[in-house]
Amino acid sequence: MDFAFFAEIVPKLLAGLPLTLELAGTSILLGGILALTLALAQRLRQPWIDWPIRGFVALFRGTPLLVQIFLIYYGLGQFRLTLQELGLWGLFREPYWCAILALTLNTTAYGSEILRGAMQSVPIGQIEAAQAFGMTRLMTLRRIVLPIALRQALPSYGNEIILMVKGTSLASIVTLMEVTGIAQGIISQTYRAVEVFVCAGAIYLILNFIITRTLGRLEHNLSRHLRPASGFATSPT
Amino acid sequence: MKLLPIACLAAALSIGAALSASAEDAPKKITIATEGAYAPWNFTTADGKPDGMEVELARNLCERMKVECTIITQDWDGLIPALTVGKFDVIMASMFITDKRLEVIDFTQPYAIDPSGFAVAKDSPLGALAGSSEKIKLEDEAPAKAAIDKIKPLIAGKVVGVQAATSNLEFLKKYFDGSVEIREYKTTEQHDLDLAAGRVDALFAQQTALAATLAKPEFSGYTVAGPGFVGGVFGRGTGAGLRKQDTALKAMLNKAIDEAIADGTVKKLSLKWLKTDVTPPK
Repeated sequence: MDFAFFAEIVPKLLAGLPLTLELAGTSILLGGILALTLALAQRLRQPWIDWPIRGFVALFRGTPLLVQIFLIYYGLGQFRLTLQELGLWGLFREPYWCAILALTLNTTAYGSEILRGAMQSVPIGQIEAAQAFGMTRLMTLRRIVLPIALRQALPSYGNEIILMVKGTSLASIVTLMEVTGIAQGIISQTYRAVEVFVCAGAIYLILNFIITRTLGRLEHNLSRHLRPASGFATSPT
Repeated sequence: MKLLPIACLAAALSIGAALSASAEDAPKKITIATEGAYAPWNFTTADGKPDGMEVELARNLCERMKVECTIITQDWDGLIPALTVGKFDVIMASMFITDKRLEVIDFTQPYAIDPSGFAVAKDSPLGALAGSSEKIKLEDEAPAKAAIDKIKPLIAGKVVGVQAATSNLEFLKKYFDGSVEIREYKTTEQHDLDLAAGRVDALFAQQTALAATLAKPEFSGYTVAGPGFVGGVFGRGTGAGLRKQDTALKAMLNKAIDEAIADGTVKKLSLKWLKTDVTPPK
Protein backbone atom coordinates (compact mmCIF):
# COMPACT_ATOMS: atom_id res chain seq x y z
CA MET A 1 0.00 0.00 0.00
CA ASP A 2 1.44 3.29 -1.13
CA PHE A 3 -0.07 5.80 1.28
CA ALA A 4 1.86 8.73 -0.19
CA PHE A 5 0.15 8.05 -3.51
CA PHE A 6 -3.28 7.93 -1.85
CA ALA A 7 -2.54 11.20 -0.05
CA GLU A 8 -1.64 12.72 -3.39
CA ILE A 9 -4.71 11.62 -5.35
CA VAL A 10 -7.45 12.14 -2.73
CA PRO A 11 -7.34 15.98 -2.87
CA LYS A 12 -7.29 15.84 -6.68
CA LEU A 13 -10.38 13.61 -6.69
CA LEU A 14 -12.14 15.75 -4.08
CA ALA A 15 -11.75 18.73 -6.43
CA GLY A 16 -14.42 17.02 -8.55
CA LEU A 17 -16.81 16.59 -5.65
CA PRO A 18 -18.50 20.02 -5.94
CA LEU A 19 -19.43 19.29 -9.55
CA THR A 20 -20.69 15.80 -8.63
CA LEU A 21 -22.82 17.29 -5.85
CA GLU A 22 -24.06 20.10 -8.07
CA LEU A 23 -25.11 17.71 -10.85
CA ALA A 24 -26.77 15.31 -8.41
CA GLY A 25 -28.39 18.04 -6.27
CA THR A 26 -29.81 20.05 -9.15
CA SER A 27 -31.20 17.06 -11.01
CA ILE A 28 -32.66 15.43 -7.88
CA LEU A 29 -34.35 18.70 -6.89
CA LEU A 30 -35.72 19.57 -10.34
CA GLY A 31 -36.54 15.92 -11.02
CA GLY A 32 -38.38 15.66 -7.70
CA ILE A 33 -40.58 18.64 -8.49
CA LEU A 34 -41.33 17.34 -11.99
CA ALA A 35 -41.95 13.80 -10.71
CA LEU A 36 -44.50 15.06 -8.17
CA THR A 37 -46.18 17.13 -10.87
CA LEU A 38 -46.44 14.15 -13.20
CA ALA A 39 -47.68 11.84 -10.43
CA LEU A 40 -50.37 14.35 -9.46
CA ALA A 41 -51.36 14.91 -13.07
CA GLN A 42 -51.95 11.19 -13.42
CA ARG A 43 -54.45 11.30 -10.54
CA LEU A 44 -56.77 13.31 -12.76
CA ARG A 45 -57.32 10.14 -14.83
CA GLN A 46 -57.46 11.95 -18.16
CA PRO A 47 -56.28 9.75 -21.05
CA TRP A 48 -54.79 12.73 -22.91
CA ILE A 49 -52.60 13.45 -19.87
CA ASP A 50 -51.91 9.84 -18.94
CA TRP A 51 -50.66 8.54 -22.27
CA PRO A 52 -47.94 11.13 -22.94
CA ILE A 53 -46.70 10.67 -19.37
CA ARG A 54 -46.69 6.89 -19.70
CA GLY A 55 -44.80 7.23 -22.98
CA PHE A 56 -42.22 9.52 -21.38
CA VAL A 57 -41.77 7.19 -18.40
CA ALA A 58 -41.44 4.12 -20.62
CA LEU A 59 -38.85 5.88 -22.79
CA PHE A 60 -36.65 7.11 -19.94
CA ARG A 61 -36.91 3.97 -17.82
CA GLY A 62 -36.42 1.68 -20.77
CA THR A 63 -33.20 3.19 -22.14
CA PRO A 64 -29.80 3.43 -20.43
CA LEU A 65 -28.83 6.77 -18.89
CA LEU A 66 -25.61 6.63 -20.93
CA VAL A 67 -27.59 6.54 -24.16
CA GLN A 68 -29.80 9.40 -22.94
CA ILE A 69 -26.77 11.60 -22.18
CA PHE A 70 -25.23 10.76 -25.56
CA LEU A 71 -28.45 11.54 -27.42
CA ILE A 72 -29.11 14.80 -25.63
CA TYR A 73 -25.52 15.99 -25.99
CA TYR A 74 -24.19 14.70 -29.31
CA GLY A 75 -27.58 13.96 -30.87
CA LEU A 76 -29.12 17.37 -30.31
CA GLY A 77 -25.78 18.97 -31.18
CA GLN A 78 -26.54 18.09 -34.79
CA PHE A 79 -29.73 20.17 -34.75
CA ARG A 80 -27.87 23.33 -33.91
CA LEU A 81 -29.64 25.53 -36.46
CA THR A 82 -33.13 24.50 -35.31
CA LEU A 83 -32.15 24.99 -31.69
CA GLN A 84 -30.65 28.38 -32.49
CA GLU A 85 -33.93 29.44 -34.11
CA LEU A 86 -35.76 28.32 -30.99
CA GLY A 87 -33.30 30.27 -28.87
CA LEU A 88 -32.34 27.10 -26.97
CA TRP A 89 -28.83 26.65 -28.32
CA GLY A 90 -27.30 28.66 -25.48
CA LEU A 91 -28.50 25.91 -23.16
CA PHE A 92 -27.65 22.91 -25.33
CA ARG A 93 -24.23 24.31 -26.22
CA GLU A 94 -23.07 23.77 -22.65
CA PRO A 95 -22.21 20.22 -21.58
CA TYR A 96 -23.26 21.15 -18.05
CA TRP A 97 -26.89 21.87 -18.95
CA CYS A 98 -27.09 18.85 -21.25
CA ALA A 99 -25.98 16.63 -18.38
CA ILE A 100 -28.43 18.30 -15.98
CA LEU A 101 -31.24 17.81 -18.49
CA ALA A 102 -30.47 14.12 -19.06
CA LEU A 103 -30.13 13.38 -15.34
CA THR A 104 -33.28 15.36 -14.49
CA LEU A 105 -35.46 13.68 -17.11
CA ASN A 106 -34.17 10.28 -16.05
CA THR A 107 -34.90 10.79 -12.36
CA THR A 108 -38.27 12.37 -13.19
CA ALA A 109 -39.33 9.18 -14.96
CA TYR A 110 -38.36 6.93 -12.04
CA GLY A 111 -39.53 9.37 -9.38
CA SER A 112 -42.98 9.87 -10.89
CA GLU A 113 -43.58 6.11 -10.86
CA ILE A 114 -42.46 5.84 -7.22
CA LEU A 115 -44.77 8.70 -6.18
CA ARG A 116 -47.68 7.46 -8.28
CA GLY A 117 -47.42 4.04 -6.69
CA ALA A 118 -47.15 5.55 -3.21
CA MET A 119 -50.27 7.67 -3.73
CA GLN A 120 -52.17 4.63 -4.98
CA SER A 121 -51.26 2.74 -1.85
CA VAL A 122 -52.93 5.28 0.45
CA PRO A 123 -55.80 3.25 2.00
CA ILE A 124 -59.13 4.18 0.46
CA GLY A 125 -60.66 4.22 3.93
CA GLN A 126 -58.50 7.22 4.88
CA ILE A 127 -59.69 9.15 1.86
CA GLU A 128 -63.32 8.25 2.50
CA ALA A 129 -62.95 9.30 6.11
CA ALA A 130 -61.57 12.66 4.97
CA GLN A 131 -64.49 13.14 2.63
CA ALA A 132 -66.90 12.19 5.40
CA PHE A 133 -65.40 15.08 7.36
CA GLY A 134 -66.28 17.33 4.47
CA MET A 135 -62.75 17.91 3.19
CA THR A 136 -62.43 19.10 -0.39
CA ARG A 137 -60.34 17.09 -2.85
CA LEU A 138 -57.46 19.54 -2.53
CA MET A 139 -57.58 19.47 1.23
CA THR A 140 -57.70 15.66 1.22
CA LEU A 141 -54.66 15.66 -1.03
CA ARG A 142 -52.74 18.11 1.14
CA ARG A 143 -53.67 16.71 4.54
CA ILE A 144 -54.15 13.00 3.94
CA VAL A 145 -52.87 11.63 0.63
CA LEU A 146 -49.55 13.47 0.26
CA PRO A 147 -48.30 13.04 3.85
CA ILE A 148 -49.04 9.32 3.81
CA ALA A 149 -47.74 8.82 0.26
CA LEU A 150 -44.51 10.76 0.73
CA ARG A 151 -43.72 8.81 3.88
CA GLN A 152 -44.40 5.57 2.01
CA ALA A 153 -42.26 6.64 -0.93
CA LEU A 154 -39.26 7.66 1.13
CA PRO A 155 -37.34 4.34 1.13
CA SER A 156 -37.66 3.78 -2.61
CA TYR A 157 -37.07 7.46 -3.36
CA GLY A 158 -33.90 7.17 -1.29
CA ASN A 159 -32.75 4.43 -3.66
CA GLU A 160 -33.42 6.71 -6.59
CA ILE A 161 -31.37 9.52 -5.01
CA ILE A 162 -28.43 7.17 -4.53
CA LEU A 163 -28.72 5.97 -8.12
CA MET A 164 -28.62 9.59 -9.29
CA VAL A 165 -25.48 10.33 -7.29
CA LYS A 166 -23.84 7.37 -9.00
CA GLY A 167 -25.37 8.38 -12.33
CA THR A 168 -23.39 11.62 -12.31
CA SER A 169 -20.29 9.53 -12.98
CA LEU A 170 -21.45 9.36 -16.61
CA ALA A 171 -21.11 13.13 -17.00
CA SER A 172 -17.42 12.78 -17.84
CA ILE A 173 -18.39 11.48 -21.29
CA VAL A 174 -19.67 14.95 -22.10
CA THR A 175 -16.39 16.53 -20.95
CA LEU A 176 -17.50 17.35 -17.39
CA MET A 177 -14.67 16.58 -15.02
CA GLU A 178 -16.48 15.28 -11.94
CA VAL A 179 -14.98 12.70 -9.56
CA THR A 180 -14.97 9.81 -12.07
CA GLY A 181 -13.70 12.00 -14.91
CA ILE A 182 -10.82 13.21 -12.76
CA ALA A 183 -10.11 9.61 -11.70
CA GLN A 184 -9.79 8.57 -15.34
CA GLY A 185 -7.49 11.52 -15.97
CA ILE A 186 -5.22 10.52 -13.09
CA ILE A 187 -5.15 6.91 -14.31
CA SER A 188 -4.08 8.05 -17.75
CA GLN A 189 -1.12 9.82 -16.16
CA THR A 190 -0.14 7.19 -13.61
CA TYR A 191 -1.61 3.94 -15.03
CA ARG A 192 -2.53 2.92 -11.48
CA ALA A 193 -6.15 2.06 -12.07
CA VAL A 194 -6.75 0.09 -8.88
CA GLU A 195 -5.64 2.71 -6.36
CA VAL A 196 -7.40 5.56 -8.14
CA PHE A 197 -10.70 3.76 -8.63
CA VAL A 198 -10.62 2.49 -5.03
CA CYS A 199 -10.34 6.11 -3.87
CA ALA A 200 -13.04 7.34 -6.24
CA GLY A 201 -15.27 4.47 -5.11
CA ALA A 202 -14.66 5.35 -1.48
CA ILE A 203 -15.74 8.95 -2.11
CA TYR A 204 -19.05 7.77 -3.58
CA LEU A 205 -19.44 5.27 -0.75
CA ILE A 206 -19.02 7.92 1.95
CA LEU A 207 -21.31 10.31 0.10
CA ASN A 208 -24.04 7.70 -0.23
CA PHE A 209 -23.55 6.58 3.37
CA ILE A 210 -24.30 10.15 4.52
CA ILE A 211 -27.37 10.24 2.26
CA THR A 212 -28.72 6.90 3.52
CA ARG A 213 -28.18 7.91 7.14
CA THR A 214 -29.93 11.24 6.62
CA LEU A 215 -32.88 9.62 4.88
CA GLY A 216 -33.01 6.91 7.54
CA ARG A 217 -33.21 9.57 10.23
CA LEU A 218 -35.96 11.38 8.32
CA GLU A 219 -37.91 8.15 7.90
CA HIS A 220 -37.52 7.40 11.59
CA ASN A 221 -38.88 10.82 12.54
CA LEU A 222 -41.79 10.61 10.13
CA SER A 223 -42.94 7.20 11.38
CA ARG A 224 -42.89 8.08 15.09
CA HIS A 225 -46.64 7.50 15.34
CA LEU A 226 -46.24 3.93 14.11
CA ARG A 227 -43.98 2.91 16.98
CA PRO A 228 -45.13 2.23 20.50
CA ALA A 229 -44.68 5.28 22.73
CA SER A 230 -41.53 5.04 24.84
CA GLY A 231 -42.12 3.44 28.22
CA PHE A 232 -45.04 1.41 26.89
CA ALA A 233 -45.05 -2.19 25.81
CA THR A 234 -41.28 -2.34 25.42
CA SER A 235 -40.79 -5.02 28.03
CA PRO A 236 -43.77 -7.04 29.09
CA THR A 237 -43.46 -7.62 32.82
CA MET B 1 -23.23 -32.46 -15.00
CA LYS B 2 -19.96 -33.84 -13.68
CA LEU B 3 -18.30 -32.92 -16.96
CA LEU B 4 -18.78 -29.20 -16.42
CA PRO B 5 -16.23 -28.71 -13.64
CA ILE B 6 -13.74 -30.88 -15.51
CA ALA B 7 -14.25 -28.85 -18.66
CA CYS B 8 -13.77 -25.65 -16.68
CA LEU B 9 -10.58 -26.98 -15.15
CA ALA B 10 -9.28 -28.07 -18.53
CA ALA B 11 -10.07 -24.67 -20.01
CA ALA B 12 -8.35 -22.92 -17.13
CA LEU B 13 -5.28 -25.11 -17.52
CA SER B 14 -5.04 -24.56 -21.25
CA ILE B 15 -5.40 -20.79 -20.80
CA GLY B 16 -2.69 -20.93 -18.17
CA ALA B 17 -0.48 -22.90 -20.53
CA ALA B 18 -1.11 -20.43 -23.33
CA LEU B 19 -0.28 -17.50 -21.06
CA SER B 20 2.95 -18.98 -19.80
CA ALA B 21 4.00 -19.86 -23.34
CA SER B 22 3.50 -16.30 -24.52
CA ALA B 23 5.62 -14.87 -21.75
CA GLU B 24 8.82 -16.48 -23.02
CA ASP B 25 10.51 -17.10 -26.34
CA ALA B 26 9.16 -16.07 -29.70
CA PRO B 27 5.36 -16.13 -29.64
CA LYS B 28 3.42 -17.87 -32.41
CA LYS B 29 0.16 -16.06 -31.78
CA ILE B 30 -0.30 -12.47 -30.67
CA THR B 31 -3.21 -10.14 -30.08
CA ILE B 32 -2.78 -6.54 -31.20
CA ALA B 33 -5.07 -3.85 -29.81
CA THR B 34 -5.93 -0.60 -31.50
CA GLU B 35 -8.37 2.14 -30.55
CA GLY B 36 -10.55 1.90 -33.63
CA ALA B 37 -11.68 5.53 -33.38
CA TYR B 38 -8.78 7.56 -34.78
CA ALA B 39 -9.28 7.68 -38.51
CA PRO B 40 -7.35 7.36 -40.72
CA TRP B 41 -4.75 5.78 -38.41
CA ASN B 42 -7.18 3.25 -37.03
CA PHE B 43 -10.95 3.14 -37.12
CA THR B 44 -13.88 0.75 -37.11
CA THR B 45 -15.73 0.10 -40.34
CA ALA B 46 -19.53 0.13 -40.53
CA ASP B 47 -19.56 -3.66 -40.13
CA GLY B 48 -17.44 -3.48 -36.97
CA LYS B 49 -14.01 -4.47 -38.31
CA PRO B 50 -10.86 -2.50 -37.47
CA ASP B 51 -9.24 -0.82 -40.45
CA GLY B 52 -6.85 2.01 -41.25
CA MET B 53 -3.14 2.65 -41.71
CA GLU B 54 -2.02 0.98 -38.50
CA VAL B 55 -4.31 -2.01 -38.92
CA GLU B 56 -2.88 -2.65 -42.38
CA LEU B 57 0.64 -2.11 -41.06
CA ALA B 58 -0.03 -4.50 -38.18
CA ARG B 59 -1.11 -7.24 -40.61
CA ASN B 60 1.97 -6.57 -42.72
CA LEU B 61 4.28 -6.83 -39.68
CA CYS B 62 2.61 -10.08 -38.62
CA GLU B 63 3.24 -11.57 -42.05
CA ARG B 64 6.88 -10.59 -41.79
CA MET B 65 7.15 -12.11 -38.30
CA LYS B 66 5.22 -15.21 -39.40
CA VAL B 67 2.90 -15.06 -36.43
CA GLU B 68 -0.84 -15.40 -36.28
CA CYS B 69 -2.38 -12.08 -35.29
CA THR B 70 -5.75 -11.08 -33.93
CA ILE B 71 -6.52 -7.38 -34.07
CA ILE B 72 -8.99 -6.08 -31.52
CA THR B 73 -10.22 -2.66 -30.46
CA GLN B 74 -10.14 -1.22 -26.95
CA ASP B 75 -11.03 2.21 -25.56
CA TRP B 76 -8.07 4.56 -25.66
CA ASP B 77 -7.87 5.26 -21.92
CA GLY B 78 -7.89 1.54 -21.11
CA LEU B 79 -5.18 0.49 -23.57
CA ILE B 80 -2.13 0.63 -21.29
CA PRO B 81 -3.83 -0.83 -18.17
CA ALA B 82 -5.23 -3.69 -20.30
CA LEU B 83 -1.83 -4.37 -21.86
CA THR B 84 -0.10 -4.57 -18.49
CA VAL B 85 -2.62 -7.10 -17.15
CA GLY B 86 -2.23 -9.23 -20.27
CA LYS B 87 -5.53 -8.73 -22.12
CA PHE B 88 -3.48 -8.44 -25.33
CA ASP B 89 0.19 -8.27 -26.32
CA VAL B 90 0.76 -5.22 -28.48
CA ILE B 91 -0.72 -1.70 -28.78
CA MET B 92 -0.72 -0.09 -32.19
CA ALA B 93 -2.97 2.90 -31.70
CA SER B 94 -1.04 5.94 -32.85
CA MET B 95 0.55 6.06 -29.42
CA PHE B 96 3.52 8.35 -28.92
CA ILE B 97 6.62 6.95 -27.22
CA THR B 98 6.85 9.20 -24.16
CA ASP B 99 8.98 8.97 -21.02
CA LYS B 100 5.89 8.69 -18.85
CA ARG B 101 4.56 5.71 -20.77
CA LEU B 102 8.03 4.14 -20.84
CA GLU B 103 7.90 3.97 -17.05
CA VAL B 104 5.06 1.47 -17.36
CA ILE B 105 5.41 -0.27 -20.71
CA ASP B 106 8.02 -0.66 -23.43
CA PHE B 107 7.88 0.48 -27.05
CA THR B 108 9.33 -0.64 -30.34
CA GLN B 109 11.22 1.86 -32.44
CA PRO B 110 8.89 4.48 -33.96
CA TYR B 111 7.12 3.57 -37.18
CA ALA B 112 5.84 7.11 -37.71
CA ILE B 113 6.60 10.70 -36.76
CA ASP B 114 3.48 12.81 -36.89
CA PRO B 115 3.27 16.40 -35.68
CA SER B 116 0.31 17.72 -33.64
CA GLY B 117 -1.43 21.00 -34.33
CA PHE B 118 -4.59 23.08 -34.11
CA ALA B 119 -7.67 23.03 -36.30
CA VAL B 120 -9.83 26.19 -36.26
CA ALA B 121 -12.38 28.07 -38.35
CA LYS B 122 -10.81 29.67 -41.43
CA ASP B 123 -12.21 33.09 -40.54
CA SER B 124 -10.86 33.07 -36.96
CA PRO B 125 -7.67 34.93 -35.99
CA LEU B 126 -5.67 31.69 -35.77
CA GLY B 127 -7.26 30.40 -38.98
CA ALA B 128 -5.67 33.32 -40.84
CA LEU B 129 -2.28 31.84 -39.92
CA ALA B 130 -3.16 28.82 -42.08
CA GLY B 131 -1.46 25.46 -41.87
CA SER B 132 2.21 25.15 -42.53
CA SER B 133 4.49 22.19 -43.01
CA GLU B 134 6.81 23.75 -40.45
CA LYS B 135 7.71 21.37 -37.63
CA ILE B 136 8.53 22.85 -34.25
CA LYS B 137 10.72 20.68 -32.02
CA LEU B 138 9.77 21.31 -28.41
CA GLU B 139 13.35 20.50 -27.36
CA ASP B 140 14.56 23.62 -29.18
CA GLU B 141 13.23 25.89 -26.49
CA ALA B 142 13.68 29.33 -28.06
CA PRO B 143 11.94 28.68 -31.41
CA ALA B 144 9.28 26.56 -29.68
CA LYS B 145 8.50 29.37 -27.24
CA ALA B 146 8.38 31.89 -30.08
CA ALA B 147 5.89 29.73 -32.02
CA ILE B 148 3.69 29.17 -28.97
CA ASP B 149 3.76 32.87 -28.03
CA LYS B 150 2.67 33.70 -31.56
CA ILE B 151 -0.35 31.38 -31.32
CA LYS B 152 -1.40 32.26 -27.76
CA PRO B 153 -2.99 35.70 -28.38
CA LEU B 154 -4.75 34.36 -31.49
CA ILE B 155 -6.56 31.65 -29.55
CA ALA B 156 -6.92 33.28 -26.12
CA GLY B 157 -10.21 32.53 -24.38
CA LYS B 158 -11.32 29.94 -26.96
CA VAL B 159 -12.62 26.47 -26.11
CA VAL B 160 -10.24 23.77 -27.36
CA GLY B 161 -11.31 20.13 -27.69
CA VAL B 162 -8.71 17.42 -27.15
CA GLN B 163 -8.75 13.69 -26.48
CA ALA B 164 -8.26 12.74 -22.83
CA ALA B 165 -5.19 10.78 -21.74
CA THR B 166 -3.11 11.90 -24.73
CA SER B 167 0.17 13.74 -25.21
CA ASN B 168 -1.93 16.36 -27.00
CA LEU B 169 -3.77 17.09 -23.75
CA GLU B 170 -0.46 17.21 -21.90
CA PHE B 171 0.86 19.72 -24.43
CA LEU B 172 -2.19 22.00 -24.00
CA LYS B 173 -1.98 21.78 -20.21
CA LYS B 174 1.72 22.58 -20.25
CA TYR B 175 1.75 25.45 -22.75
CA PHE B 176 -1.82 26.82 -22.97
CA ASP B 177 -3.28 26.29 -19.50
CA GLY B 178 -5.13 29.43 -18.42
CA SER B 179 -5.18 31.02 -21.86
CA VAL B 180 -7.70 28.58 -23.38
CA GLU B 181 -10.55 26.48 -21.98
CA ILE B 182 -9.61 22.81 -22.40
CA ARG B 183 -12.39 20.23 -22.92
CA GLU B 184 -11.44 16.58 -22.67
CA TYR B 185 -13.12 13.98 -24.88
CA LYS B 186 -13.04 10.17 -24.80
CA THR B 187 -12.46 9.89 -28.55
CA THR B 188 -11.45 12.29 -31.30
CA GLU B 189 -14.69 11.42 -33.12
CA GLN B 190 -16.55 13.06 -30.24
CA HIS B 191 -14.57 16.30 -30.40
CA ASP B 192 -15.05 16.35 -34.17
CA LEU B 193 -18.83 16.24 -33.57
CA ASP B 194 -18.58 19.12 -31.13
CA LEU B 195 -16.51 21.20 -33.54
CA ALA B 196 -19.25 20.69 -36.13
CA ALA B 197 -21.88 21.58 -33.52
CA GLY B 198 -19.98 24.74 -32.56
CA ARG B 199 -19.44 23.73 -28.94
CA VAL B 200 -15.67 24.02 -29.29
CA ASP B 201 -13.79 26.65 -31.26
CA ALA B 202 -10.69 24.61 -31.99
CA LEU B 203 -9.26 21.10 -31.86
CA PHE B 204 -5.79 20.00 -30.98
CA ALA B 205 -4.72 16.62 -32.38
CA GLN B 206 -2.27 15.02 -34.79
CA GLN B 207 -2.26 16.99 -38.02
CA THR B 208 -2.87 13.89 -40.17
CA ALA B 209 -6.01 13.00 -38.20
CA LEU B 210 -7.20 16.62 -38.33
CA ALA B 211 -6.62 16.79 -42.08
CA ALA B 212 -8.74 13.66 -42.55
CA THR B 213 -11.54 15.08 -40.40
CA LEU B 214 -11.52 18.46 -42.13
CA ALA B 215 -11.78 16.78 -45.53
CA LYS B 216 -15.43 15.99 -44.71
CA PRO B 217 -17.95 18.43 -46.21
CA GLU B 218 -19.34 19.69 -42.88
CA PHE B 219 -15.88 21.02 -41.97
CA SER B 220 -15.36 23.07 -45.14
CA GLY B 221 -15.07 26.25 -43.05
CA TYR B 222 -12.21 24.86 -40.96
CA THR B 223 -8.48 24.53 -41.50
CA VAL B 224 -5.35 23.15 -39.86
CA ALA B 225 -3.60 26.23 -38.53
CA GLY B 226 -0.10 27.04 -37.40
CA PRO B 227 2.95 24.80 -37.26
CA GLY B 228 3.08 21.17 -36.16
CA PHE B 229 4.69 20.29 -32.85
CA VAL B 230 6.96 17.29 -32.25
CA GLY B 231 9.31 16.06 -29.50
CA GLY B 232 9.08 17.15 -25.86
CA VAL B 233 5.81 15.92 -24.37
CA PHE B 234 5.14 14.16 -27.69
CA GLY B 235 8.13 11.90 -27.12
CA ARG B 236 9.96 10.08 -29.84
CA GLY B 237 7.29 9.38 -32.41
CA THR B 238 4.61 6.71 -32.78
CA GLY B 239 5.57 3.18 -31.78
CA ALA B 240 4.02 -0.15 -30.89
CA GLY B 241 3.57 -0.58 -27.13
CA LEU B 242 4.30 -3.86 -25.39
CA ARG B 243 5.01 -5.30 -21.94
CA LYS B 244 8.52 -4.76 -20.63
CA GLN B 245 9.19 -8.47 -20.16
CA ASP B 246 8.28 -9.39 -23.76
CA THR B 247 11.79 -8.81 -25.08
CA ALA B 248 11.65 -11.52 -27.75
CA LEU B 249 8.49 -9.99 -29.19
CA LYS B 250 10.09 -6.54 -29.12
CA ALA B 251 13.09 -7.76 -31.11
CA MET B 252 10.80 -9.41 -33.67
CA LEU B 253 8.65 -6.31 -34.05
CA ASN B 254 11.67 -4.01 -34.33
CA LYS B 255 13.12 -6.19 -37.09
CA ALA B 256 9.79 -6.24 -38.93
CA ILE B 257 9.42 -2.45 -38.61
CA ASP B 258 12.98 -2.01 -39.91
CA GLU B 259 12.11 -4.07 -42.97
CA ALA B 260 8.79 -2.29 -43.51
CA ILE B 261 10.52 1.09 -43.40
CA ALA B 262 13.42 -0.07 -45.61
CA ASP B 263 11.27 -1.52 -48.41
CA GLY B 264 8.90 1.45 -48.46
CA THR B 265 5.83 -0.30 -47.02
CA VAL B 266 5.41 2.32 -44.28
CA LYS B 267 5.70 5.11 -46.86
CA LYS B 268 3.22 3.40 -49.18
CA LEU B 269 0.63 2.87 -46.41
CA SER B 270 1.21 6.37 -45.08
CA LEU B 271 0.57 7.97 -48.48
CA LYS B 272 -2.45 5.73 -49.01
CA TRP B 273 -4.17 6.51 -45.71
CA LEU B 274 -2.68 9.77 -44.44
CA LYS B 275 -1.93 11.51 -47.77
CA THR B 276 1.48 12.45 -46.43
CA ASP B 277 4.65 10.57 -45.58
CA VAL B 278 5.13 10.03 -41.84
CA THR B 279 8.05 7.58 -42.14
CA PRO B 280 10.55 8.38 -39.38
CA PRO B 281 13.83 9.78 -40.71
CA LYS B 282 16.83 7.46 -40.50
